[in-house]
Amino acid sequence: MAAIFSGAPPQGGPGYSFNQTPRTAPSGLRQHHGFYPYTDNGGSTLGISGADFTILAGDTRSTSGYNINTRYAPKLFKIGGEGPDNKNARIVLSVVGFAADGDALKERLDTIVKMYKYQHGKEMSVAACAQRLSHILYNKRFFPYYVHAILGGLDEEGRGALYSYDPVGSYEREQCRAAGAAASLIMPFLDNQVNFKNQYEPGSGTGHDLQAKVAAPLPRDTVEELVRDAFTSAVERHIEVGDGLQMMIITRDGIQETLTPLKQD
Amino acid sequence: MNHLPQAWGRPRDDVYGAYDHSHFQTQLPNQHTQSPIVTGTSVVAAKFKDGVVIAADNLASYGSLARFTDVKRLRKFNDEVVVGFGGDVSDMQYLDRLLNSLDIRENYSNNENPLHAKNLHTYLAKVMYKRRSDFDPLWNHLLVTGLDGEKKPFLASVDLLGTTFSSPTLATGFGAHLAQPILRRTIPDEDAVANVSQEEAVKLVQECMKVLFYRDARSMDKYSIAVITTSGVELKQDEKLENQSWAFAERIRGYGTQVN
Repeated sequence: MAAIFSGAPPQGGPGYSFNQTPRTAPSGLRQHHGFYPYTDNGGSTLGISGADFTILAGDTRSTSGYNINTRYAPKLFKIGGEGPDNKNARIVLSVVGFAADGDALKERLDTIVKMYKYQHGKEMSVAACAQRLSHILYNKRFFPYYVHAILGGLDEEGRGALYSYDPVGSYEREQCRAAGAAASLIMPFLDNQVNFKNQYEPGSGTGHDLQAKVAAPLPRDTVEELVRDAFTSAVERHIEVGDGLQMMIITRDGIQETLTPLKQD
Repeated sequence: MNHLPQAWGRPRDDVYGAYDHSHFQTQLPNQHTQSPIVTGTSVVAAKFKDGVVIAADNLASYGSLARFTDVKRLRKFNDEVVVGFGGDVSDMQYLDRLLNSLDIRENYSNNENPLHAKNLHTYLAKVMYKRRSDFDPLWNHLLVTGLDGEKKPFLASVDLLGTTFSSPTLATGFGAHLAQPILRRTIPDEDAVANVSQEEAVKLVQECMKVLFYRDARSMDKYSIAVITTSGVELKQDEKLENQSWAFAERIRGYGTQVN
């Protein structure tokens, strides 16, 4: 109603007088928006799921530009469980990109998973948690959490479950995923070593007769070795990756956490 | 007479001039801080065996002008927390008032469990992240030093984006380039902290302040230094850099007025 009685002339119609009046404030030279709310804190993460386990890994370096902020800033977080140190948690979230957004996202997902248990009297499944995380990211798509998230756990059948996300919430369940600064270095290695891309059965023929090697879930020690190799190689070729390798291995017995040193140069 | 009904009953442009729309219509949203104005430079801090040392000089610059030469940039919060401020000074003063009101509120509600350094760091991180998310940042880089809930040395940083990290040694601004390498030479990791005494840590931080004064054009030789241990906060705000040696300056060639 207020619009009807406001007395303002109809938009686009003639003005108050035969002299056309300006409709907007005179636009002089204004200062450009100078504040950019994001930064890249470097680092890399990776996740691989197996038949009855999931491994998530990430380096512990935090950077801004050419500076190293700290040599120990974890990118892996336990989600759910009890108390501030997430006792008995069964889900792990890894975030890489803008660390402040990563922490905010972790905090939100963690409280949601904890509230779920209070309200429903049972643990949240990984599939449900994965979808919820997608919704959180998508809800903020016009001012996104600038992170690449990977969520790991065990599904209802006890198999390794791994979900990867883009900053606006597109997600997918996968066997393996690398994210962050060295993703483009690690992911092709994983394609070849986990999903056996470009590998063929020896002596199966030539040209179109070649039989592709079929991918199957890998045993745990093989996967751990792959993760270590991926990171030691990434450290050599990417300046934002290094200092420490944090791994979380989710099995039916819980989460096992390890920290091994990487090169500090 | 004006024959356009929507103009009836309104001041005539030919008599009163056109309506000034600038009063209610702007093209851009409200302008928040786009850049800092009066600034403080580096803050330097290091953990040692049973506490933390933190230092910052007493200068507030207005661009390249050394505008205020007696600005205290270390703030004691209570007997186990000190916050060091780099960046915009007016935003520092706002945060100072915020911490004052927080302290009063906390002291009314309880006396047994005063906020420790970790609590205060979390609080400031949330404040800074909230403000950056509102596109109205507090243009500061803070170091929060003191003791955590287990009375262990605590040192962590928050910046204008809400980014947080912790390390045995930290330095903001120019100090991240100049002081941090010197600090890391003595305290490379968390294990090394146990081998550093209070005297060594204080000397180390003083050395860093000296190097910063040599090379940071927006720095000053008057500084504040605080030591936080289980026996409380020892804050000195009128220290002067000692044993300066400008002998090295004579050998510097290649820029300034002389070319080679």
